[in-house]
Amino acid sequence: MRKAVIIGAGMTPVGEHWKLGLRDLAVEALLNAMDDAGIDRVDSLYVGNMVSGPFVEQENLGALIADWAGLGNIPAVKIEAACASGGAAVQEGVKAVLSGLEDVVAVVGVEKMTDAWPSDATRYLAYAADAEWELFHGASFVALNALIMRYYMKAYGYTEEDLALFAVNAHANGAKNPYAMFKRPIKVETVLKSPYVADPLKLFDASPVCDGAASVIITTPEKAEELGVPKEKWVEVAGMGRAIDTISLASREDLLTLKAAKVAAERAYKMAGVEAKDIDFFEVHDAFTVMAALSLEALGAAKKGEGAKLAKEGQIAIDADYPIQTMGGLKARGHPVGATGVYQTVEAVLQLRGEAPSQVPDAEIGLTQNIGGTGSNITVNVFRRV
Amino acid sequence: MARPMQVSRYWRHFREKYRLIGGKCENGHVHFPKRSICPVCGSRNVEEIELSGKGKVISWTIVRNPPSGFEYYKPFPLALIELEEGPVVLAQLTDVDPEEIDFGMEVEVVTKKIREFEEDGIILYGYKFRPPVR
Ligand SMILES: [Zn+2]
Repeated sequence: MRKAVIIGAGMTPVGEHWKLGLRDLAVEALLNAMDDAGIDRVDSLYVGNMVSGPFVEQENLGALIADWAGLGNIPAVKIEAACASGGAAVQEGVKAVLSGLEDVVAVVGVEKMTDAWPSDATRYLAYAADAEWELFHGASFVALNALIMRYYMKAYGYTEEDLALFAVNAHANGAKNPYAMFKRPIKVETVLKSPYVADPLKLFDASPVCDGAASVIITTPEKAEELGVPKEKWVEVAGMGRAIDTISLASREDLLTLKAAKVAAERAYKMAGVEAKDIDFFEVHDAFTVMAALSLEALGAAKKGEGAKLAKEGQIAIDADYPIQTMGGLKARGHPVGATGVYQTVEAVLQLRGEAPSQVPDAEIGLTQNIGGTGSNITVNVFRRV
Repeated sequence: MARPMQVSRYWRHFREKYRLIGGKCENGHVHFPKRSICPVCGSRNVEEIELSGKGKVISWTIVRNPPSGFEYYKPFPLALIELEEGPVVLAQLTDVDPEEIDFGMEVEVVTKKIREFEEDGIILYGYKFRPPVR
């Protein structure tokens, strides 16, 4: 079977980009990635995006971005899997390369969220939930995660303070990332004193509404050599997995198991020939602090019910056994929803090249996990230093 | 928000939303809302069942920043309720002091206004849950 390597990575800072639109952000990230790889053409483009229609009245992002990036008459499509759109777009790009149909593929994840009124943004994000049985009742995405958070705390005896540690860790790492939205460390008190958005979930348990784009270029080792991309730049896409779970929370068999992440991780580990203990860093989907805990459990880094214990024991810091959110995660880097999975990929690439601002020492293997919905659509990717 | 001219979209679920019509497959698995394929065993032999509307709260939150269209009601309690027949349903709680909501609290279904659109728009009704009226 062919192998896939990432040979270029680029992004824009995450933030409130009043002066830049969706196309500006996407084109900037894409050209950064192409420049990083030293190429000026690609065979195809996959765009990860969640809700551009409601947010900026723009669909057909494949045509828009390929056109404005000057890529010519290539195939280009948008891939949507809620907040996991970015991770899914990376996988579609890798699949195209592995299949042999395309040799050099560009992936860009983009979301432009700050043009919308906040309560409308809340509504659009809830489109990832079940429209008739969740949004109909006024459920925001934050509210659905708050239901999980309260249940998790009750089931295992954790406090709001325990879960706040995930936000503190994310901010500590994000403070060093020039592309992060929040470049300042916070304390547990900062989280606890922030207002409730949906009790017991507070503002600082949640990732921000923001804009951003990230991009990677994928090809085969043979083609990378032919293109003259130096080997130090290559990062192998070693494993991939993707799975769904019930779209509505009420139908979930177990509120405290991210079954889709579990299944996706099993596939990705198997394809890469690794186990959870081999992973040097985890970029998990901490859109809400409780999701970081549940993710660590689903990925096999912690036993069921012990994800938050890992944070309490100081195991998630850069120099600990299970470093997570090495460049700030969704919480501090920011969570431009459909772009997030590609940001995670770019950050994994930087770690494995040894170019990360807060570097995990001797990182060889990294994992990204991108959650769509309340755990209903999840991608897991494993990357390895070449 | 644009005015939804979508009466049929809401109307098609009125039986579930007014009467809690769920599904029961040939193997006795009960679910809500009714599906044509049992989510537990995959059987396509699914009958309608009207649920009792009695249940208990398994988790809850207070929605303080609701999606647009629900501003009028904020803050409001939203809960996951396990019905006595087994299925879990997501709904707002009503006629309750938020401080009194607790794990295992008994509730029963009641039909209430869920949302109102602009002046000449439609009004949506559906189930909410409240502490039982004895
Ligand atoms: Zn069944």
